[in-house]
Amino acid sequence: MAAETLLWLIPLPPLAAFILITLVTNKNKTLSHGLAIAGAASSWVMSLIVFIQAITRPNLAENPISSSINWLPTGETALRIGVQLDNLSAVVLFFVAWTILMIFIYSVGYHNYGQPAGERDVPGLPPRGAEIKDAHGHTHRVPSVEPMYSRFFGFLSLFAFAMYLLVVCDNLLLLYTGWEIMGLCSYLLIGFWYGKDSAKKAAMKAFMTTRIGDVFMLLGIVFLYTQAGTLNYREIFGNAELMRTLTTTPAGFLGLSQAAGIGLLLFIGTVGKSAQFPLHVWLPDAMEGPTPVSAMIHAATMVSAGVYLAIRIFPLLTAGWEPGGALTPAMMVVGAVGAFTALFAATIAVAQNDIKRVLAFSTISQLGYMIAAIGIGAYTAAIFHLVTHAFFKALLFLGSGSVIHGMEHGVMHSGEHVDAQDMLNMGGLRKKMPVTFWTFLIGGLALSGFPIITAGFWSKDEILAGAYHGGQMAIFITLALAALLTAFYTMRQITLTFFGQPRTEAAAHAHETPWTMTVPLIVLSVFAISVGWSGIPEHFPLIGGLIPNWCETFTGAMLGHEGEAAAFSAVPLLVSIVVSLGGLTLGWLAYRKVKIAVDPLKQALGGLHTVLQRKYFVDEVYNFLFIRPAVWISEVFTSRWMDRVVIDGFLHAIARAFLWLGKIVRHGFDVPVVNAGGDALAAGIRKGGAALSPMQSGRVQQYMVVTITVVMVFSAILFAILKLV
Amino acid sequence: MIPLSWYLILSAALVCIGVFGVISRRNAIAMLLGVELILNAVNINLLAFWRYKDVSSVTGQVFTIMVITAAAAEVAVGLAIFIAVYRNRRSIVAEDVAELKG
Repeated sequence: MAAETLLWLIPLPPLAAFILITLVTNKNKTLSHGLAIAGAASSWVMSLIVFIQAITRPNLAENPISSSINWLPTGETALRIGVQLDNLSAVVLFFVAWTILMIFIYSVGYHNYGQPAGERDVPGLPPRGAEIKDAHGHTHRVPSVEPMYSRFFGFLSLFAFAMYLLVVCDNLLLLYTGWEIMGLCSYLLIGFWYGKDSAKKAAMKAFMTTRIGDVFMLLGIVFLYTQAGTLNYREIFGNAELMRTLTTTPAGFLGLSQAAGIGLLLFIGTVGKSAQFPLHVWLPDAMEGPTPVSAMIHAATMVSAGVYLAIRIFPLLTAGWEPGGALTPAMMVVGAVGAFTALFAATIAVAQNDIKRVLAFSTISQLGYMIAAIGIGAYTAAIFHLVTHAFFKALLFLGSGSVIHGMEHGVMHSGEHVDAQDMLNMGGLRKKMPVTFWTFLIGGLALSGFPIITAGFWSKDEILAGAYHGGQMAIFITLALAALLTAFYTMRQITLTFFGQPRTEAAAHAHETPWTMTVPLIVLSVFAISVGWSGIPEHFPLIGGLIPNWCETFTGAMLGHEGEAAAFSAVPLLVSIVVSLGGLTLGWLAYRKVKIAVDPLKQALGGLHTVLQRKYFVDEVYNFLFIRPAVWISEVFTSRWMDRVVIDGFLHAIARAFLWLGKIVRHGFDVPVVNAGGDALAAGIRKGGAALSPMQSGRVQQYMVVTITVVMVFSAILFAILKLV
Repeated sequence: MIPLSWYLILSAALVCIGVFGVISRRNAIAMLLGVELILNAVNINLLAFWRYKDVSSVTGQVFTIMVITAAAAEVAVGLAIFIAVYRNRRSIVAEDVAELKG
């Protein structure tokens, strides 16, 4: 089949799976996950075929796989929709296909497929376990299957559809469509356990926060359409004339050019979706959802979509910038937001105890890395880190889900009331869950940028090198500090979770998870290492050049020149090795001897630790600045004053006026005139009838006498009149 | 030729006899006979005026035929009613049938 046709088909199997699961197979768990995985797998196969065709196609950047049709006629022109696979979307499609398929398979085990239904389980709450009796008559508590199993796979499939759509589409409108469907799925899946108050609130928070970004993004799209008359990537970015006009025309606000204005508006969409400061608050709370959701939506794919958009609009953001020259205002904003977020989130992650929340802040921090890379013009580095991060962060999330799963097993066994997600309750899981441990270790080392062997090292190094060579010292130092903290909190997490002795009974009885969960971990851990090999710089000592730097050549072709990393310098390389190893060592030293469930950092940092643990009180500040005033306005102004006093008062006054008018009409007109008149008329007619009734004797001859008499009298009168006249 | 007035006097006399019969007789059939007399008096009137005033048109004859037809229909209906009344109450005295008095 032609690559274009396959490209059209890629998003459709998950959509079909979603429709079928929702409408038909909702009752049958096996069929539902079968359909969902079959849909994801067929998309995966098609994606890989298309990917291979794309990378073997000569000159893909100028000649992408694309096809489009007229969709919505608007007056003389028409909005066109189409699919397109260029170098950027090919790379994104590759990791999206892999992570989605792995997470689908993982979800089967995560939701305890094949386990009995819990006797106290209700839809909308996580399963609480079931009692079973074994052959010896002993009762065991075992994990029970998720009550809304099919629904989960339905939503997941819809999400996969939207993500594929976003990657393969060739214009911003279709991208926005996929973007919003993903926002909806994110909302539905964060609030999957809607019986939990915290999950409900987190779902709303995520939806509302990303909405802020989306509104600005829509403004940007509209702005772009009014200026360019098209939303197709190639028609905009490939049109040198148009780009020059956009770069030189002022946008009319903040002294920006139109290109920068549109770019920044679209970038606010990225800030919302990729959880950058100041719209980062929703992502940590989104961990209320099931772990596969956290891995897929909130680590590997949806939040990556934000960065993908930022990379897409790279020509707009960098309009008027020469490689090596001073940064444009738009780039400075992007770089500052990214670098700040990277460090900011990394510091918070240090003080979190929930295993998933650490990863959530780590995700925010790493996305900040990519955004910072875009801000300094390190295009290929951003793409490279996007890909490697998707793999190792999905791996880490799935690993944390596996840990939680194993801990819950232990909690059921021991009957303790401990939080299965709190790392301080874990410890010593290395021996209990070996597969999870080794894969998590690989993911963690990749995240902290462990030199040479992990993918994270190469991508992070490239960003640091980009910042260094671009002369952006502030960004370079911020990112290096963030990398140090990243290595530190990653080691803290690994040490607390897997090393030492179990700190609770539950941790001592934790159990390795089923193969459906461990196989995806192994597959992803392979990628977490090997993806890095596609981007080893040619000038790297010893091993540079052994494998061609494929990633940079391939994605750099999008810019029309050969990437940006020209010179090699030992400084960023040494820095990235030092911060990585230094952070890991510090983390190991600080946490290897934790015996009781207290963080040693708490005493060392004192009040600062509380600040970090409470996430710099950003939630509290937002609560004070935005939520409380909004609630106050709706409660006091809108509800109590506007609604009840003004509108209700007005309505009541009208009602009273009409009541008064009604009374007057009733007593002044209706009762005396209409009623009495009607009664009088009826009485008169009755009286007249009574008076006249004797006339009707029933005797024919009498009638006749009367008739004849009358006729004669009238004839006589008539005759007399005629005679007289 | 007999003058027109004679015919008119005849028909007037017939009307009077008919009216008297209708009013004074108790037997319903006799009342019907009176009605027939009145109608025939009208016929005589019509024909007399036609013959003496306007021979060229046929209006008078047509009207007469119409009256005869109507009279025949009236007698048919009237007699049918009387037979029905007689079957129910064994009497054809008009005064006895006075259920509709007010």
